[in-house]
Amino acid sequence: MADFPGVRLHVVTGKGGTGKTTVAASLALALASGGKKVLLAEVEGRQGIAQLFDHAPLGYDETKVAVAAGGGDVFALAIDPEMALLDYLHMFYKLSPTGIPARTLRRMGAIDFATTIAPGLRDVLLTGKVKEAVVRRSAGDKPAYDAVVLDAPPTGRIVRFLNISHEVSGLAKVGPIKHQSDNVMAVLTSPQTAVHLVTLLEEMPVQETIDGVAELRSVGLPVGGVVVNSVRDPLLPAADLLAAEAGKLDVAALAAGLKEAGLEVPDPLLQGLATEATDHAHRVALEERGRDALGALERPSYELPLLPDAVDLGGLYRLAELLCEQGMA
Amino acid sequence: MNTAPRLDLDERLDTAKILVCCGSGGVGKTTTAAALALRAAERGRRTVVLTIDPARRLAQSMGLSELDNVPRAVAGVDTAKGGSLDAMMLDMKRTFDEIVETHAEPAKAEAILANPFYQALSSSFAGTQEYMAMEKLGQLQASGDYDLVVVDTPPTRSALDFLDAPQRLTTFLDGRMIKILMAPAKAGGKAYLKVVSVGFNVFTGVLTKIIGASVLQDVSQFVAALETMFGGFRERAQATYDLLKAPGTAFVVVAAPERDAMREAAYFVERLAEEQMPLAGLVVNRVHRSGVTSLTAERSIAAAQSLEASDGSPLAAAVLRLHADRVLLADREQRIQARFTSAHPGVALVEVAAQPGDVHDLAGLRAVGADLAGPREAAVPA
Repeated sequence: MADFPGVRLHVVTGKGGTGKTTVAASLALALASGGKKVLLAEVEGRQGIAQLFDHAPLGYDETKVAVAAGGGDVFALAIDPEMALLDYLHMFYKLSPTGIPARTLRRMGAIDFATTIAPGLRDVLLTGKVKEAVVRRSAGDKPAYDAVVLDAPPTGRIVRFLNISHEVSGLAKVGPIKHQSDNVMAVLTSPQTAVHLVTLLEEMPVQETIDGVAELRSVGLPVGGVVVNSVRDPLLPAADLLAAEAGKLDVAALAAGLKEAGLEVPDPLLQGLATEATDHAHRVALEERGRDALGALERPSYELPLLPDAVDLGGLYRLAELLCEQGMA
Repeated sequence: MNTAPRLDLDERLDTAKILVCCGSGGVGKTTTAAALALRAAERGRRTVVLTIDPARRLAQSMGLSELDNVPRAVAGVDTAKGGSLDAMMLDMKRTFDEIVETHAEPAKAEAILANPFYQALSSSFAGTQEYMAMEKLGQLQASGDYDLVVVDTPPTRSALDFLDAPQRLTTFLDGRMIKILMAPAKAGGKAYLKVVSVGFNVFTGVLTKIIGASVLQDVSQFVAALETMFGGFRERAQATYDLLKAPGTAFVVVAAPERDAMREAAYFVERLAEEQMPLAGLVVNRVHRSGVTSLTAERSIAAAQSLEASDGSPLAAAVLRLHADRVLLADREQRIQARFTSAHPGVALVEVAAQPGDVHDLAGLRAVGADLAGPREAAVPA
């Protein structure tokens, strides 16, 4: 049984450089496996999804980018505020995107203007499109997508991005924008949504994750799991790790072992290898402390290994499988 | 393989007036800025470092505890050579408010500050942070209190955003929408009708329908109030831009030896060249090297395998695996770096070794500064 059975919107955030997009893409593949239909969305115009899936740049149309293990489909799109606004006008005001009013809005730069002067408005449009995909029904009144995964802005900006009611409330107390933002907010704060945080086992990302969880909780946004990315297993036997961390690595035993392997062991080589082992032990100890700190958050946590090379499509499937095995999907 | 010229940062620290550290998020930009500033101060220059959203413990190491928009002296700096170090965290909204207060008459300023759109714009306009960082940079430089201003650029989606921020703000203020919304305030009803075409009635209709009449009214009030300050804004944006190109300014691009970070760094280097902005060079942070070059990864793995197969020393086998991983990582990083250097052969570069932990005290910053300045000199035998 997966850890998030009722969740239909998975928001993935994380400090820059932690592999947020990779995790979002892997999660989409994991959720799609076994015949499900999943939508993967990005909102920052980086085309990170297209790069990962080795696909041409994505637009506003939902495009199939991958087939999951066991026959599911992953669709993807890049949401941009201008298209989202035209879409919104079309849906709620029956304005054709190619009609005169919509064209005038574009020509006057009204969309740029509106989203510049009120960034909260841009976020309402972006999250509004995501919400629309979550609640959309296909023929037969079944949900159009089994799940939607959002590759969201980084941890430092995530609460402002999702907490749109707060952003908009200063600008519009009544009226259609307020109404729309309330509707979106209702989905974002419901049990249908989970905000997952991606981190590395390094001090700063761990601290940012802890701060991010507290901030999300303080505004009532549902915190999902913590995904620890780029994990490397400790290589040294446990006793040697402890000794090395304390600066007491058994260098004589190491020298003997190296000779046993048929290596010549001049002193610089021995000292160099001992230094590398000690560095490794310090890093492992630091990672262990990070793991403990994350454990205190009491959220489900998942670990993904550091892949030997840059992540390619094959790597994504491997990571998706690991997320399934660990119960995230 | 091309080798990049070595970046001599000490020379820059001793002569530059402004150093801008830029690069994508998560590459150690803030730490680099702080370490450079500390080093400059201890080499005898009156230095201020302007940071944006530093990690808490790094901020604490410099005695910064809150956003107060005022430079504060950093305790524990070696001032023997006559230098000093101040540090401040940018308060974006406060900086914006100050500009309004400086440029508008008191009554107008008050109206602007109270307007809900101003409040939204000043705290979250995409680019406000970047613009305000540049604004503050100009102020600090003009104050005459410092020989050197080191600035850490905001953690933007793309490292290029802050260069475009002043331009974006002026484009916005010059925009057609602003002109339309201001027209009635400017010349009564007539010009209003002239500026706007047939589409406009439809347009305001739609706009009112979508955002509501009262919101539209707030917007035009805000725009009208801003009008008095337009000249000032545009001038300042231009002045800041010029300052970035002036002699005495240098950009330090910070990256990590990873594909995405180096790609961002490459874009940035190209962009600086296009804008004719002076690039000092590239700092490659978090570089892994092996001190044991005589043992290749292949040989190391083979030896580990033979130990594992014969139930030999698990310690030696693990250390050999570890060494092989490290060599392979170092190779990969070097390939990524070489790709950058082939494309940008003239760009000077310095590497900083990866540390197991983060830096959170002055001693740590000092050590990073020494690494930035160059490989530590070999100990002289007694």
